[in-house]
Amino acid sequence: MSLLSVENLRIELALRAGPAPVIDDLSFTLEAGRTLSFVGESGCGKSMTALAIMGLLPDVGRVAAGSITFDGADLTTLPDARLRQIRGNEISMIFQEPMTSLNPVYTVGEQIAEVLRRHRGMTGRDATARAVELLDAVRIPNARSRVTAYPHEMSGGQRQRVMIAMALACAPRLIIADEPTTALDVTVQAQIFELLRDLAHDTGTALILITHDMGAVAEMADDVVVMYAGRAAEAGPVEAILDDPRHPYTRGLIACVPHLTADPEAARGDLTEIPGIVPPLASLGASACLFASRCAHVHDRCHGARPPAFDCPAGQRAACWLEERA
Amino acid sequence: MSLLEIENLSVRFRIKGGWGRSAWLHAVDDVSLSLPRGKTLALVGESGSGKTTAALAAARLVPASEGAVRLDGTDLLTLEGETLRRARARVQVIFQDPYSSLNPRLRAGAIVREPMDALNTPPKAERADRVAELFAQVGLRPEQQALFPHQFSGGQRQRIGIARALATRPELIVCDEAVSALDVAVQAQILNLLRRLQAELGLTFLFISHDLGVVQHMSDRVAVMYMGRIVEEADRGPLFSAPLHPYTQALLAAVPSIDRRRRGRSAVKATGETPDPLNPPPGCMFASRCPRAEALCRETRPALEEKSPGHRAACHFPGPSGD
Amino acid sequence: MTDRPDMAGAPPVEKPRSPAAEAFEMFRRNHAAVAGLVVLIAVIGIAAFGPLLYPEDPFMMVWTPFSPPGEQGYLFGTDYLGRDIMTLMIHGARVSITVGLAAALVTVTIGITVGALAGFFRGLVEEALMRLTEFFQVLPTLLFSMVIVALFGASLPMITLAIGLVSWPAVARITRAEFLRIRELEYVAAARAGGVRNGRLIFRVILPNAAPPIIVQAALMVGSAILFEAGLSFLGLTDPNVASWGQIIGANRPYILDASYTVTVPGIAIFVTVLAISLVGDGLNDALNPKLRAR
Repeated sequence: MSLLSVENLRIELALRAGPAPVIDDLSFTLEAGRTLSFVGESGCGKSMTALAIMGLLPDVGRVAAGSITFDGADLTTLPDARLRQIRGNEISMIFQEPMTSLNPVYTVGEQIAEVLRRHRGMTGRDATARAVELLDAVRIPNARSRVTAYPHEMSGGQRQRVMIAMALACAPRLIIADEPTTALDVTVQAQIFELLRDLAHDTGTALILITHDMGAVAEMADDVVVMYAGRAAEAGPVEAILDDPRHPYTRGLIACVPHLTADPEAARGDLTEIPGIVPPLASLGASACLFASRCAHVHDRCHGARPPAFDCPAGQRAACWLEERA
Repeated sequence: MSLLEIENLSVRFRIKGGWGRSAWLHAVDDVSLSLPRGKTLALVGESGSGKTTAALAAARLVPASEGAVRLDGTDLLTLEGETLRRARARVQVIFQDPYSSLNPRLRAGAIVREPMDALNTPPKAERADRVAELFAQVGLRPEQQALFPHQFSGGQRQRIGIARALATRPELIVCDEAVSALDVAVQAQILNLLRRLQAELGLTFLFISHDLGVVQHMSDRVAVMYMGRIVEEADRGPLFSAPLHPYTQALLAAVPSIDRRRRGRSAVKATGETPDPLNPPPGCMFASRCPRAEALCRETRPALEEKSPGHRAACHFPGPSGD
Repeated sequence: MTDRPDMAGAPPVEKPRSPAAEAFEMFRRNHAAVAGLVVLIAVIGIAAFGPLLYPEDPFMMVWTPFSPPGEQGYLFGTDYLGRDIMTLMIHGARVSITVGLAAALVTVTIGITVGALAGFFRGLVEEALMRLTEFFQVLPTLLFSMVIVALFGASLPMITLAIGLVSWPAVARITRAEFLRIRELEYVAAARAGGVRNGRLIFRVILPNAAPPIIVQAALMVGSAILFEAGLSFLGLTDPNVASWGQIIGANRPYILDASYTVTVPGIAIFVTVLAISLVGDGLNDALNPKLRAR
């Protein structure tokens, strides 16, 4: 059985004009110790997926259909009390902004110890000792003395390490990291990635990494879901999708970013553009391919019916009519 | 001859402490650069490297403490009052944040027109036509002149910012992280637009970015900054294929890449923390994080010297990464 | 040049709506604020046109003192000197509203000037102006205005000036805070790079963007100025030859127990007017706050 299995998930936001499916018929599974990455532009539903798993949907959002099965229990039907227990104990989240996710008036040690007290029932001295161990585990030098530091006394990278330490405090089985390195410098990002990779490897924790950076996906993930307008455009093993992307959106996402190349002397052409912008909320849920308006390979069928996910030779599934095989 | 010559530029900020104490922050320390007309020079570095401060000081938007910034021979730093205001037409800036860089109370057309009105060029009768021409150049529709900034998407706002920067027909354009706030797909649109405009109008770019992929795509020459100083400067090819400074090497190694040939390379790791900029060490600023640092590095600051023709590095032990 | 009109990915062109039009739309949705505005317009209407309909001298004795409301057709009755309270109220409305508006104008003028200069130029200018602001802020306001009125006479302009002088520091602080925030925004740097002169930068670029909280503060200032004037009048520190709401209360103070309507009527008028102004101020605050505005 998979650690996490999401089936036909549909999340609707209540808008003035009516409900809009910001997540539409999304299915995926995640095994212990694996890393799954969600990638796409902003507003494609990456973060909404994470919030749904955490049970932290905004007030105007609700799970309209489908299931989120974690360790055999459907999170969408569990009572709030049990959900709260799971959240924090078994699923932890790391946010984008390490500046604002920490409370500035408490030391980092106190904040980690608080998590341990609340979720693990540890007492003062034990909690503090464990906090030092955790800071050490996320490779903060001199953990014993840094445990009394306030967030403002730390660099952005160190604060994100503290956030990871807090996420680890209860030895969760799943960590959801929502753009964890977007606010950080690239050398610091490399350190954080390495840390997350090692932690997943050592503890068997599953990791969901939400990012807009295909490079990060390549370095971190085992599997990837390319999201577009609340739907999975393409999903499958990272190697397959990076080496042979089938959905035009995936291809666009890879080609539109100027990646560092091994041969910088090569001639530089124009970058591939994905014209236009993501569709507005009101147009979600249409029975058509939502990428059609930006797609270079659009044909009549794309406007008439929503493409299902087709199996591709390299092993991934792509929701594009061009992948339909007899 | 170069269009822009920056010589020994330094920017210091006074940081106030408690009880009347204060310290000097050397945000930019002894930076010299030259940029030929029609080319793109990229300033790369992480946050706190001083790249943006250096560029904004060159554009006279941040006061410089020392040095000279010559544009076609005229030292911009010595200009004052009305001469300075006139000279501003020649250097324009494209800003990072498409949300805060446009005055929310002005219509898009008025935003693009603002520098023309302020500098009284071109003649009043021609300004409306010029605005229309600029809108077309950056790919906006003429009727969009009447809209307010919040009615545009991020990419469109950045186009308005570009049109405004072009309004006075400047010779030098400072692009301050001009695409880093944009979504990847939109980023490509803007980068292509900038390169197309450069080719069509013969623009010279001082291109500030932390994104090495973008820099590799855009630049002709690259200067890498670390804690206020240039640590390496070279043409695009040698800098990316044969970097000499261990910081440049660490920076390049840290970029996640989808290129198979770059994947799985031995990474030069920059571990450790950066030194306190208010209390800098006597030696090399990077020594605390450098895998190659020796005693000499901690005692003596290396000078930025030419190691091979056109390739400068500030390192006691420059050379390819030891893998 | 227009070979790629599609690439900006423009949504269909919306009707260009100015920020002011949007703010008005937001304001209209706030029923309490609209009610406040209706009341306020009514009060201002009475202040402007009422004396034309009641041209009599309000200080003239018209009937026996202390006749209760309604008697002899005097809607609000008469006061201790037999003067028609209705006429006094209508003439007083003009004075109260005028003092309120004028004092708010004085407050905003001084406050914006000081705050804008301090926030824009920083350095020594800021130090000096902010020390000055703090000096005025720590003055006991009522005492200080009493001293001004005692020294220079209890004329209406002097009272207005006194209220303005003790109230401007709040506006100055708000203006400075907004200037400090906005001057760091990139569009100000862009304007500077575009050669925009300082004067234009202050008044045409930064000030319009700093305006929302200042407008709200100014609206509330009208209400507090009316209250302040009433307070001074109540203490007798006002021109005894000019009727204002506060002055009516002050004059009838000794008879508060025997003829309570003589102070209740102007009291309610002040209460309702200040409440209406507060509601309008709150409505403006919401309408002008872009964070609350629907995207």
